Order: sequence, then structure tokens, then C-alpha cells
Amino acid sequence: MKTEIIISGFGGQGVLFLGDLIAYAAVKEGYYVTWVPSYGPESRGGTCNCQVIYSDKQIGSPAIAHPDILIVFNQPSLYKFLPRLKTNGFLFYDSFLIKEPPAREDIKIVGVPAFQLSKMGNMAMLGAFLAVVDQIKSETIFQILEEKLKGDKTKFIPINKEAIATGMDFVKSQER
Amino acid sequence: MSKLYMKGNEAIVEGALRAGLEGFFSYPITPASEIIETFASKYFADREREKRGEKPLYPKFRVFMQMESELASINAVMGGASIGCRVMTASSSPGISLKQEGISYIAACELPCVIVNIMRGGPGLGSIQPEQGDYFQAVKGGGHGDYRLIVLAPNSVQEMAEHTMLLFNLTNKYRNPGMLLADGYLGQMKESLEFPEVPIEEYEKPWAAGNMELDGEQHTIEFLFLTPEPMVEAKKRLLEKYKTIEANEVRYETYKVDDAKIIVTAFGTPSRVAKAAVDLAREKGIKVGLVRPITLWPFPYKIYTNLTSNQVDRVLVVELSFGQFVEDVRLGVEGRAEVRLFPKFGGIVPTEEEVLEKIMELV
Amino acid sequence: MRVSALIPKYPEPETYVGRTHYCPGCGHATLHKILGEVIDELGIRKKVILVEPVGCSVLALRYLKVDGIQGPHGRAPAIATAVKRLKPEKIVLTYQGDGDLAAIGTNEILHAANRGELFSVIFVNNAVYGMTGGQMAPTTLIGQKSTTTPTGRMIEYAGYPLRICELLNTLDAPVYLERVSLYDVEQIARARAALKKAITNQIEKKGFSLVEVLSNCPTNWKMTPEESWRFVKEEMTKIFPLGIFRDR
Repeated sequence: MKTEIIISGFGGQGVLFLGDLIAYAAVKEGYYVTWVPSYGPESRGGTCNCQVIYSDKQIGSPAIAHPDILIVFNQPSLYKFLPRLKTNGFLFYDSFLIKEPPAREDIKIVGVPAFQLSKMGNMAMLGAFLAVVDQIKSETIFQILEEKLKGDKTKFIPINKEAIATGMDFVKSQER
Repeated sequence: MSKLYMKGNEAIVEGALRAGLEGFFSYPITPASEIIETFASKYFADREREKRGEKPLYPKFRVFMQMESELASINAVMGGASIGCRVMTASSSPGISLKQEGISYIAACELPCVIVNIMRGGPGLGSIQPEQGDYFQAVKGGGHGDYRLIVLAPNSVQEMAEHTMLLFNLTNKYRNPGMLLADGYLGQMKESLEFPEVPIEEYEKPWAAGNMELDGEQHTIEFLFLTPEPMVEAKKRLLEKYKTIEANEVRYETYKVDDAKIIVTAFGTPSRVAKAAVDLAREKGIKVGLVRPITLWPFPYKIYTNLTSNQVDRVLVVELSFGQFVEDVRLGVEGRAEVRLFPKFGGIVPTEEEVLEKIMELV
Repeated sequence: MRVSALIPKYPEPETYVGRTHYCPGCGHATLHKILGEVIDELGIRKKVILVEPVGCSVLALRYLKVDGIQGPHGRAPAIATAVKRLKPEKIVLTYQGDGDLAAIGTNEILHAANRGELFSVIFVNNAVYGMTGGQMAPTTLIGQKSTTTPTGRMIEYAGYPLRICELLNTLDAPVYLERVSLYDVEQIARARAALKKAITNQIEKKGFSLVEVLSNCPTNWKMTPEESWRFVKEEMTKIFPLGIFRDR
């Protein structure tokens, strides 16, 4: 089993953090993992992306040509990466921020108005990803949040969990 | 199963601290800055522990300094190494260019230390994306004069930690500076890894400045001659040392070369892409293998000589530059096989499919 | 005639080995000797690590029997920073000329002083590049001839002589900055006292100390030793006034 994910959006939307969280959760679940950020001088507002691979075998190239899963939070990211998504791959896109619907029929499309559902749209999108893809356990994510958010930051745990739950609930309601 | 998960730059810090680092001197630069930042956080966390009356986690790591320049950083390293301390600096390509003067002096004075280069795009200010254009500078000597650096080329976050530890061993064993040469991708990438386990070797340093208190003798760290004869002698000793290192310390990895007709060769990140491409080609029934140098100096010429003396008649070189590493591969092949270069420059890492395509062209 | 024959006979310091390679009448030999005396007097010879410059005094460690490091041109303060911080029990000195400290190494000395590094600097200012054959230094006087200012230093080409003590005196960290000279016996005695104070400050962990020593270069100035010392006394001190700039 090997899953390749590209996550892309504006700097400040929590793109790198989202990828890092998925990657770290995969480490905890026993996978081999790589996470590669695009790194640039922009801290806020520029486009940024990251590439996450988790696999039960050692990972060769950490660079992804054709992802299995694409998660995008803005229109430029969709234009840039959609052609590279594998046939039958998953596209997660923020349907609140991206107005133009994705033009491919050979993929599974999951529209989530992530930044409308929550101020922490990246966490809402994570909820949708966890529910739809069903490879990483949400308990592992919660465990990491508790590990990382200690001391003064403990207060952020409930709102993160809540945002994740919002995303999960949203995709489940769409299925019905 | 994997226990740790961190950036390549952070793994270097982990390795250095396990190797008993005493002083770190550096200047920030993308994409190497996490190294100085991680050292800073570990160093000052220990000072806070001391204030609370607790024991520091890294009692040997006594000095951390963000210096005023790359020049000051490398010269502080020279100072620390001169008195026998385990010291290190880290930077990226343009910063490494600035350090070259100091590196030449350090090599001349035979001072053990570790220099990290997280390569970015060049020449000039270039870009902050990964390239391998500092190959010549690292292995042929970027500063003035005859000298050699022991150069290691990791290709995973695991090796970023382990090679840092190994480099402390080698540099202390041979009284020679060493460079960890990694591309920006390896510095920025996070990866799962095992706890790095490299036994750390300790070496006596009776030559160090400051030992007068121990033996009453004057110890001067210098490499200056007013007449040719003593310099000839000193340089002969230096050359002998380089030959010993060349004889004893060559390291490389081979993969599926036993029946290979074609070998792909690369170091750093491209070597991982190449390995994946070898597997894809093997699925198509192509007899192809991989050679990955781990020491770039001393260079593993012999493995290329041996393989091309036997069954291999095509060699594909993948590197992130116009083609520098390829020249050493050619010296090893000595015309016995066709050497074809796949240069990928400007900050883009080739894909497995692209490398596969190049392999298929050679079939 | 040997240089040593010109020096009156009195007990040689343990740290200092005479018969230097310096030109007749050069101030370096005198300065080495009084530095050796001070090191002996303080009983610190085995604890000293001296960082040599690149310049005429590049061989200082052949005459001063202490441990030391020969670093690249101008970088002594960076080397000394690491040495003192890693081994605070050592007495760390840098001995630097005007090209070394005030031109190619200005950045290093400025930042070391600004951090208040706990080593002592001996800065020899003789307004010329001696070792390379008499080119302009940052401290060359206006109108002074050198091989690169053959008609005399002109402000419009090369700016003004750089005053290091005054420059460093704008910083908060240094504890002791003094400019002395070697042009007569009284001045040599003052210079000796200044060296002792700078090193004592380090022993007492007070902070960064620098002693600027106005010296001569009869060879490149194309003067006799007597004329050169008169030039130091009458011309250099006008631009580089002697005295204590900082003493905390």
C-alpha cells in the first residue's frame, strides 16, 4: 500500500500543517513516510504546497508526479495540480473558495466548503479526508493534537477537534 | 518500525548532538536555517533548565552562536577546532562560497570539524530550490590550494543524522575537515527514521592549542613557510594522509547490479528517484542496477571500473546540475561504457517516469 | 649588525625570544617584548592562546612562547570568540595590524567588541601595509605617500583615516579602550601598563578590552628609525590622539 498526496493552497491556510499532521499520524500508524514542503520567501498569501507519501514499504522518490489524492484550497492550485491527479484518484477542494467546478470525470470529487464550515478550514478538510479515505484513524490525529498542544495551548484542542468533526459530518451528510 | 519523524535539517542536529558536539557557529540562510534554529532551541532550553537547577540534556554542547557572517562562522569553527573541541557550521551554497577561505586554512592546519552544505540553486543568488551544483566546489576544493574535504552524500533523513555522526568520526580520525553535502530537498523533507545508532569514536588531540598547560610545550596551529623545503615536507605528509583516506574510506551502495547491463548512478535525492526508476525498469524486464556513491571524496572510482570491465556497457548519470558528478563517473568508467547524462537543473527533481524513460532510451 | 645588538642588555622575559625578523627600528619587536614581560609578570604564560594576524607580525608565535593560532587575514576576533567561549579559563589575545583589524577584518572586530567578548585585543596601527610592501592602510594619513597613494592619500579617492578607538567607543559593550604609542621610553612604559590592564580585565572577567598601539614603519615610510618615531609623535598623534577612551 502506498498513498501519495499533494496539498496546495495559499500560505496561511494551514496547508503545510495539514500535510505534516497526516504524515505524522501515518508514522504513528507504522508507515514509512515522507513530507516535502514547497518552501519560499512568502510566509502569508503566497501559494504553497506539500507532498505527503505513506507506504508500508520504504519510499523511493519523495517527489510526487501523479498523486492519488489532491487537496486544494484555491483556484491556482486546482489549475496547477488537477491534470496530474491519477485516474480514479480523490480530489478534495474547498467549494467555498473555489467557485469553478473541477473539469474531470475520471476522478472522485469531494467538495467541502472547508473555510465556511470553520475558521480552521484545514482541520475541517482533514475531517473530510479522514472520513472519505479511511486510511488514517482519527484517534491517531487526536493523540497527536494532545501531544503537540500542551500547557497554554491545551485550550486549542477542543476547537481543533470540533473543526475536524464538522468536516466529517459534512461529508457524511452529503452521502445521505 | 520507525520511531522518529523529523526534517533532514533537524536530523543533522540530532546526529551532531549525539556525536558530542561542543560548539555550533553559523549564519542563517534558506534552505539550511532549521539547523541553526533547532540548535538554538536545544541550547537555550538547556540554559533554562540550568536556571531551574536541572541538569542540561546536552552538557557537552556549551557554545551556540549566531555569528555576524559566514566568514566569522567558519573562523569561529577554526578557533574551536584549534583547541580540540568538536565544532560545526552549516549553511547553503552562497554561504558556503563565503566560507571557502576558512575551509582552506582549516584543511591546511588539519583541523577536524564538520561543515554542512544544504545545496540550493546557483550560480549567484540563484534560487532556494534544490540543486547539486556545488559538487566541484565540495570535492575538488572550493578554496585556494591543494586540499581535500571528506565529503558525505546522504539520501534520506535517516542518513542526514547518521552521516553527521560518521563525519565526526572520520574528521577526528584523520584530522581533516569534512562536509555533509545534501540538496535542499533533503534538508526540507520530513521523513520517518529509526533512532540513529553510530558508535562515536574518541581521539586524543595532543596537538591542540592550549595543551601547554598539560605538557609545557608550545602548540601552534599554523601552516606558513618562508622557504620551500619545510613546505614540501608538510605537503607530502598531507598528501600521504589523503592517500590513506582514499585507500580506506570509500563508501557506496549498489542495488541490483549483479546481472545489470545498464547502471544508473546518482547521489542525494536523485539517487532515490533513480532507485525507484530501476525497480520500474526491472518490472519491464530490463537488466538495470544502481550505484550510489556515499563518499563523494574519496570517490568510488573502482566500482565503476569493475562494473564496466564486466557486463555493464551503458551508464546513466542523473544529477541536479549541468553535469559535474558525471566527470568523476567518466574517470571511473574510462571509456569502457557509454556514459549518458540526464541533467536536471534549476530546482526541479526528476520524476521516476522521466528517469525510466532515459533508461529505456539506453536499452 | 643584529637587531638584538641595538637593544640594551637587561633580563629577557621568559615568554619572549629575541632576535626577530623585523626591520631595524620596527616597533613590533618592542611590543612583543613588553607583551612577553606582562605575560611573565601575570604568570599566565601556559594559559595564553594568542591569535596571530596576517601581516608583519604573522610570525609573532616564533618570538612569544605561548600557544596560538594563525588564522586568515582579519578573522582573529572570530577565532578568539570561539576559543574564549569554549575554554573560558584560557587567556585569549589577538594581535592585529591595521590592515588586518581595520580593513579586511573590520566586521569581525566590530561585532566581537559589540558582543563584549572576553578577550583582549592588541591593535598595532602604523598607517601602512608593511608586509606587502608599503601600500595604503585604512589608517594612512591624508597626504601620506604609499605605493598605492604615490602622490599622497587624497580624501576624494580614499576617504579619511579610520579611528578604531573612537569607532568602538560608540558601542556599549567594551570596558577598556586606550591608544598608546612606543615613540619614547615613557610611552613604552605607558603601553606596557595598558597591556597589563587589558589582560587583567580579562582575568577579572570585566569585558572586551582593546589597546591601540601607534607604531612605525621606517622601511616603508622611507625614514630612519629616529625620523619615523618623530613622525609618530608629531604627525600621527594629531589624527590619532593618545589616551584612554573607555575605562569601566
